[in-house]
Amino acid sequence: MPIDLNIFIGGAAGQGVHAITQPLAKALMRHGCQVLASQSYESRIRGGHIFNQIRVSDRPLVSSREGVDLLVALNQETVSLHRPELSAQGLVVYDTSHVKEMPGELKGLALSPDDLLPGAKAGEIAVNAGACGAVLGLLKAPLAPMLELLKQTFGAKGAEVVQWNVQAATRGYELASALKYPVSVAAMTPPAEPRLLISGHEAVALGALGAGLQFISGYPMTPWSSVLNAVGQRAGRWGVVVEQSEDEIAAINMAIGASYAGVRAMTGSSGGGFSLMVEALGLAGMTETPLVIVEAQRPGPSTGLPTRTSQGDLGFVLGAGQDDFPRAVLAPGNPAQGYALTALAFNLADRYQLPVFILTDQYFADTQFTLPPGEFPEVASDRALTTGPGQGVYERYAITPDGISPRRLPGFGPELVVADSDEHTPDGHLTEDLKVRAAMHEKRLRKLPGLVQELGGITTFGPDDAPLTLACWGSSLGPVQEAVARLNEIQTPARMVHLRHIWPFPREAVNAALGQTRKLVMVELNATGQMNRLLRQETGRQADHLVLKYDGLPFTPEYILRGLTGMA
Amino acid sequence: MLPIEQYEAGIEIAWCQGCGNFGMLKAFKQALAELEIRPEELLVVSGIGQSGKFPHYLKCNTFNGIHGRTLPVATGARLANPDLRVVAEAGDGDCYGEGGNHLLAAIRRNPKILLVVHNNQVYALTKGQASPTTDMGYKTLLQPEGVAYPPLHALALAVSQDCSWVGRGFAGEVQHLADLYKQALNHRGFALLEVLQPCVTFNHVNTYKWYSERVYRVEEEPGYDPENELWAYQKAKEWGDRIPIGVIYRHPRRLLEETHPALAAGPLVRQAPRRPIQELLADFF
Repeated sequence: MPIDLNIFIGGAAGQGVHAITQPLAKALMRHGCQVLASQSYESRIRGGHIFNQIRVSDRPLVSSREGVDLLVALNQETVSLHRPELSAQGLVVYDTSHVKEMPGELKGLALSPDDLLPGAKAGEIAVNAGACGAVLGLLKAPLAPMLELLKQTFGAKGAEVVQWNVQAATRGYELASALKYPVSVAAMTPPAEPRLLISGHEAVALGALGAGLQFISGYPMTPWSSVLNAVGQRAGRWGVVVEQSEDEIAAINMAIGASYAGVRAMTGSSGGGFSLMVEALGLAGMTETPLVIVEAQRPGPSTGLPTRTSQGDLGFVLGAGQDDFPRAVLAPGNPAQGYALTALAFNLADRYQLPVFILTDQYFADTQFTLPPGEFPEVASDRALTTGPGQGVYERYAITPDGISPRRLPGFGPELVVADSDEHTPDGHLTEDLKVRAAMHEKRLRKLPGLVQELGGITTFGPDDAPLTLACWGSSLGPVQEAVARLNEIQTPARMVHLRHIWPFPREAVNAALGQTRKLVMVELNATGQMNRLLRQETGRQADHLVLKYDGLPFTPEYILRGLTGMA
Repeated sequence: MLPIEQYEAGIEIAWCQGCGNFGMLKAFKQALAELEIRPEELLVVSGIGQSGKFPHYLKCNTFNGIHGRTLPVATGARLANPDLRVVAEAGDGDCYGEGGNHLLAAIRRNPKILLVVHNNQVYALTKGQASPTTDMGYKTLLQPEGVAYPPLHALALAVSQDCSWVGRGFAGEVQHLADLYKQALNHRGFALLEVLQPCVTFNHVNTYKWYSERVYRVEEEPGYDPENELWAYQKAKEWGDRIPIGVIYRHPRRLLEETHPALAAGPLVRQAPRRPIQELLADFF
């Protein structure tokens, strides 16, 4: 019997929902389980309702799903909200100090702070650690990996805190071991090679560090901040300058300054902050300064839903900035793609001397996948710089057939590097010569044909001759892939076409991937089908049916399948 | 002393005849020559306005960016390559209006950057609207009843926030200005040098004559004490019948460049990126 278990951990912000999720997911992964952990939270520091999910399987997981098999309830609201989602094997592990009313028909495991840690020295520690132990006990997983994680996590807080955690986890494990639960992971074995539990934004940070990032500037904004934090935590050790800027305008201009001076530089924000960056996006385009920008989407417009997810900024990043200039847009579907595309972004930015977007979202940012280290290979770095002696006057914007001018760095020789946001002559000085203007504009745009040759990355899944194709992009990859897998399981042949190289639009590759499909469905997390519009603009084709969602929560395979019912 | 000719760009200058920027350009070239700063060691970052054209009329590495954002670009470049001498050129509108937040942040960060603010008390490129430093009551096409609120005292603001070097020059006193440029370029930290720079086309009040009658060399005053914050604050606020020029405040502080551990191993741009993927993976096991 394959294992597919969905654990929900719910409570108010500040109660320790994340403190339970992280060690629990990692302990199960170290035991050999495949886990996928995702987060749903509100924009507040205390209170509200937040819940995390840990999906556990013996097979690789690509998506979250609906339904709750184990509910860890830290407050009453969690029980009432998620009770309708409980499956036939549903069981509630609950904190008796906060959950006072347990509906009689529900199977439950009561955790009392007094019992877990007599004397209740620290009620939240007791319940958090106790719940971790209890879930492992129910699933017949070993406790040892959890105790080791608790020691690692709390070692810095002193021996007493470690002891409290270990004691509460052990007691929770004992209480649960006495219960019968129909799902067991006892037969799983730790993998020969350690696996990673890694989120999308952590993978983007690794991709950037792997590509030789040396400068990152940013202003905090959810969900973008997690890239900045993930790099920031590792910056000092690895020779990266991290500068928290006074605003997003400064963030992008600083990164442009650092890149002009010669290091690989990155910035980013979410929609509102990126709106502030747009003028300088054009500056990078006009001065032909390599730049990698993470745009982490959340629902808008304006402040919107700060902690929720969306794919609503596609049109925005494609069109941001006045007039035409070349850019690239990449949208990873999972952490492995996040790593590879970020590394690619730096090479494209350097080779073509332009801004490159990594278009992510809250679901991608926060969702942790189980991945083997092989998904994170060493990446090649191509700086595409011109070095060595020059020939007299250096022209930063020399007109070339492919639009790419030899790039030198300031301070590395007698060649002066003159960059200008005004329209400029080949040697970088501002000009009002309108013939020069036209020639420069054409030169910049000539980069696109070369750039598109490097793109075309498409992930397909399912039989090539299936009459039904579900197309998607970015972080909707996993839910769509699982929906397609389920369709094929019930003898409804279907396939997925997932785009991660978005712009310049890889027209030939997309046309080839879509082939002669009879029915095309576009699945995206926005209200108007932005990718469908792009597809129509670039290929003349369009979807026969749209599956859209814009309530701030990610797709689930179930939602997508429901969206297909009644389709003509 | 390097020959001044080596800073000649050989480009047609688009400033009006008599523009205060000419005096600034002359004084700046003289300071560079005397300090023997070679064009390839120098990066001048500018924004938009007549001040934005300044580096085009020099021989130097140049980044002429967008309005108000000279300081972030200069800061990024300086952190990437502290071997570059970085100078930011901005106007009163550019630095005190559009980019005011960056001025506050640069004062706090204290990178070794010389910020030169070309102050002509007017928006000249857009034909004469009031700037943040226009005096109250000054009439423009857009402010026909006269400017309704007081000008920004940027130097007083800078002193109050412990800006590590604050000075003011006058484009009509080229030798004095050249000396100020030299002191500011030699200062180890963020230096704000405001230069009174008459706009001969759009400002018919704050003319060469108007400034000449008011400016005085503050270092020649009895009790000159630029290390003293309270003295400096008083001088920085002085504006009217008497306007001080010279070094107003000096307050050495830790450099931004010293706060980044990554820079201990030398300029970032000269370091090979470490790209530590295998080591980093262990964080996620």
